[in-house]
Amino acid sequence: MIIIITLGKKEGSVKRADGRAFDELRPIKIEAGVLERADGSAYLEFGGNKVLVAVYGPREFHIRRFQKPDQAVVRCRYNMAPFSVDDRKRPGPDRRSVEISKITSEALAPAVFLEKYPRSTIDVFIEVLEAEGGTRCAGITAASVAMADAGIPMRDMVVACAAGKADDNVVLDLSEKEDKEGQADLPVAVMPRTGEITLIQMDGNLSSEEFEKALDLALEGCKKISEIQKDALKTRYGE
Amino acid sequence: MVNKMVDIIPEITKKSITNLINNGERADNRALDEYRDITLETGVITKAEGSARVKIGNTQIMIGAKSQIAEPFPDTPKNGVLMTNSELLPMASPTFEPGPPDERSVELSRVVDRCLREGGVIDLEKLCIIPGEKVWMIFLDIHVLDYDGNLMDAAALGCLAAIMDTKIPEATVRDGEIVIDKEKLIELPIKEKALLCTFAKIGNELVLDPSLEEERVMGARITVGVIEDGSVCAMQKGGEEPLTKEEIMKAIKITKEKTDILRKHLN
Repeated sequence: MIIIITLGKKEGSVKRADGRAFDELRPIKIEAGVLERADGSAYLEFGGNKVLVAVYGPREFHIRRFQKPDQAVVRCRYNMAPFSVDDRKRPGPDRRSVEISKITSEALAPAVFLEKYPRSTIDVFIEVLEAEGGTRCAGITAASVAMADAGIPMRDMVVACAAGKADDNVVLDLSEKEDKEGQADLPVAVMPRTGEITLIQMDGNLSSEEFEKALDLALEGCKKISEIQKDALKTRYGE
Repeated sequence: MVNKMVDIIPEITKKSITNLINNGERADNRALDEYRDITLETGVITKAEGSARVKIGNTQIMIGAKSQIAEPFPDTPKNGVLMTNSELLPMASPTFEPGPPDERSVELSRVVDRCLREGGVIDLEKLCIIPGEKVWMIFLDIHVLDYDGNLMDAAALGCLAAIMDTKIPEATVRDGEIVIDKEKLIELPIKEKALLCTFAKIGNELVLDPSLEEERVMGARITVGVIEDGSVCAMQKGGEEPLTKEEIMKAIKITKEKTDILRKHLN
């Protein structure tokens, strides 16, 4: 494990609006196998986020023209419940959720042995029941657990976490307030065994030093969350 | 993704379920007029004005209530508005597909809406802020998470629980302007507690709270909504086979008894 030692500045003493240290995650809880009908499922609470994920498949991809003859396709649907946010969200896909659906499929696919299931689809349904900043990362983290719960053969369990900049400080895991009022947001998904990054996005403004620091923070956060993912599976299936 | 999947039921499954029911038994050992285990939690979504998670057996539904200030409908200028929506999430069943609501989803929200509206659950006149101009609009979003039969009863129970859990900010009119006090939250004006009971007709019998397996083989379905004094406020038949008057009257009688028991979950 790599321990990051931050030099010079006083981040260690910086307290955030919600009282967390700069490298502190919000409380997180993951439960595997929570739905009856789905092949695999997981429920995650991460700070004020509540996310439910169901996985179906590998199953036949009934739209022939979208089938891949030599491998499976990972399809993802990220959806926010109308009651998940302060002002009711109109049901159905908007541009944001379409984009998140796409990048989430791309974040998860690299970990799956897709070549084992030609012409199939693995459908991942991410339902944000309550949102408090960082829902895409919460969705990806929960989706990996749900895919493992479905028994899908994978190289690794993808895990995601964001870092960013708020009140001029680089901090881990932005809360909703920090995300809205902050200066930058950097969500990252990674396969922790190899450290390969399967998703990275950024918006806002970071110097390259700040960017590297934020990325390192996010990766370190991912490692911590990864342990919680594994614990969720151990709790469900025993050691 | 709006293609409809075909549900093929083996003849042998249909026969074995029907034979059991004709003998007064069910595959999960319930009596013909017995619900599966019911659990109900409220206040599960902090950001919603009211919320509930209801489970009947393995069927699981979440309901969130949100409020908005909007213009009233021209024909009811002094009434607030109640809007009920439902989504059959693709996570809930391999036969649900993403996309705009299909007929099953529309039927679900309309029947639940009918039960709440015709049952007079909310005193909509008390949700009026400025007659003809501004009223409270309450959205109920039914989110089906896991589908193992009998969505209607679960949704109606969950909606009622969510309504009872809902608190909206106080809106007052000062000099023609609406002042919303987000610190002062008030409960919705509740007049009635209307609920639904659903029966499937299988073989010669009506079975209460059909499981998914039973829904797949049923010939007809009847849903009855009643208010606290036992009067009927909503009804909906489904399925391709007919029902007799006796069967419908029997369904109403059982609904009156069973909704009294269902209401105990609300306290």
